[in-house]
Amino acid sequence: MENSEKTEVVLLACGSFNPITNMHLRLFELARDYMNGTGKYEVIKGIISPVGDAYKKKGLISAHHRVIMAELATRNSKWLEVDTWESLQQDWIETATVLRHHQEKLEASSCDQQQDSPVLERPGRKRKWAEQRQDCSQKKSLEQTKTKGVPKVKLLCGADLLESFGVPNLWKGEDITKIVGDYGLICITRAGNDAQKFIYESDVLWKHQNNIHLVNEWITNDISSTKIRRALRRGQSIRYLVPDLVQEYIEKHSLYSSESEERNVGVILAPLQRKTAEADT
Amino acid sequence: MKSRIPVVLLACGSFNPITNMHLRLFEVARDHLHQTGRYQVIGGIISPVNDNYGKKDLVAARHRVAMARLALQTSDWIQVDPWESEQVQWMETVKVLRHHHSELLRSLPWKEGLDQGKADSPAPAAVPELKLLCGADVLKTFQTPNLWKDTHIQEIVEKFGLVCVDRAGHDPKGYILGSPILQRYQDNIHLAREPVQNEISATYIRRALGQGQSVKYLLPDAVIAYIKEHDLYASPGEE
Repeated sequence: MENSEKTEVVLLACGSFNPITNMHLRLFELARDYMNGTGKYEVIKGIISPVGDAYKKKGLISAHHRVIMAELATRNSKWLEVDTWESLQQDWIETATVLRHHQEKLEASSCDQQQDSPVLERPGRKRKWAEQRQDCSQKKSLEQTKTKGVPKVKLLCGADLLESFGVPNLWKGEDITKIVGDYGLICITRAGNDAQKFIYESDVLWKHQNNIHLVNEWITNDISSTKIRRALRRGQSIRYLVPDLVQEYIEKHSLYSSESEERNVGVILAPLQRKTAEADT
Repeated sequence: MKSRIPVVLLACGSFNPITNMHLRLFEVARDHLHQTGRYQVIGGIISPVNDNYGKKDLVAARHRVAMARLALQTSDWIQVDPWESEQVQWMETVKVLRHHHSELLRSLPWKEGLDQGKADSPAPAAVPELKLLCGADVLKTFQTPNLWKDTHIQEIVEKFGLVCVDRAGHDPKGYILGSPILQRYQDNIHLAREPVQNEISATYIRRALGQGQSVKYLLPDAVIAYIKEHDLYASPGEE
């Protein structure tokens, strides 16, 4: 195995994408340039994973639309794609679980590529992940030196997500540890100093700081979905803030209004609800 | 019901290259003028500056015009006009305004002889106004000694009008208060707020391109493709 072998990376962004904006898409571009620029990584794919409706965030419209808009937004991207697994789940899923899902998926398909076992080619038979993983680890010990290693999933986010780690009851401590310990974080931030300070002040984040990549966004690009929705309610233009196809889709389906913004008002956000439920048991 | 005054917005600048932020200026300005209830924006013009302006890193006008054209393919109300860039020498903004204003007047349908005596023919169309569209940073440059002639500043705000879009780090109200000319005609200076801070400077874009970094989603894809195809901004300090 060459020393110059780079770690392949898949960037995963979780979020409401309500709606997706040019800023979300920029995060991917900035992260890719940064990671590739270190010389240690090669970003091979970017995945947008819109949150499920069960998240119960205020103003969250149906996942169906949010997924379609994300797909329209990435239609002409060669490396970004939308994954619907998270959005199709009945219950809300913790981010750490989504990361694990995608990492396992990568491991399974990486294993498939290495094997030319006749078992896989048998038509109509879908192998369960557990079986694949078992085979995979057996194969791996033989093939280890020849492979590049399985691509690694890393969570892509803005500084707001990093700082949300500090919000009481929003994240499970063990999940934060898993996210930065097992996977890694790429955080695009304008205020690098604040993010660094935040990491410094957290023992868990500090411990895994090598797995937290802070990328500076020099352009103030404050295209928040909240502002997009507000502009839409006020009949203001959102052109050039979101991809044209997304803007057209929103207009065609009249997606955002005062009514849609009232969705889930009074409902407790899923992660907070879960924390309360666990505390009660 | 009082009818709205038709307005055309004219933006002058390097557009080196055109970015989503330039395009946003038009959208924000149009929304703002409509909000006042007094205006109806009927068109927008992008006028890339002449090569003889002599600004550093300015790529050839034909490229800047072509990129603007590509960027505006999907716009149904904004166009690029190469007139300024095609002149023999650089010209002051006020002259560009005068030119486009007279073009605007010439393109109006004349009422005499066309009146067909319809009972419900609409009231005579109001004469469209041409307003200079710019960011707050340009408003600030009015203060720079010798950059603008006082008579020109006056003509711009008196005869035409200004629509000035917010920019981070600028205080347009302060600039107006600090200038007697601007203060006198402040009713003709419209300050539009851009709620979404969007500082996509073309300087940054050129630097990113020079360093091989992605500029996707900061400018239209068609413009990025053109830049790659013609190898523009490939290295820093292109003359």
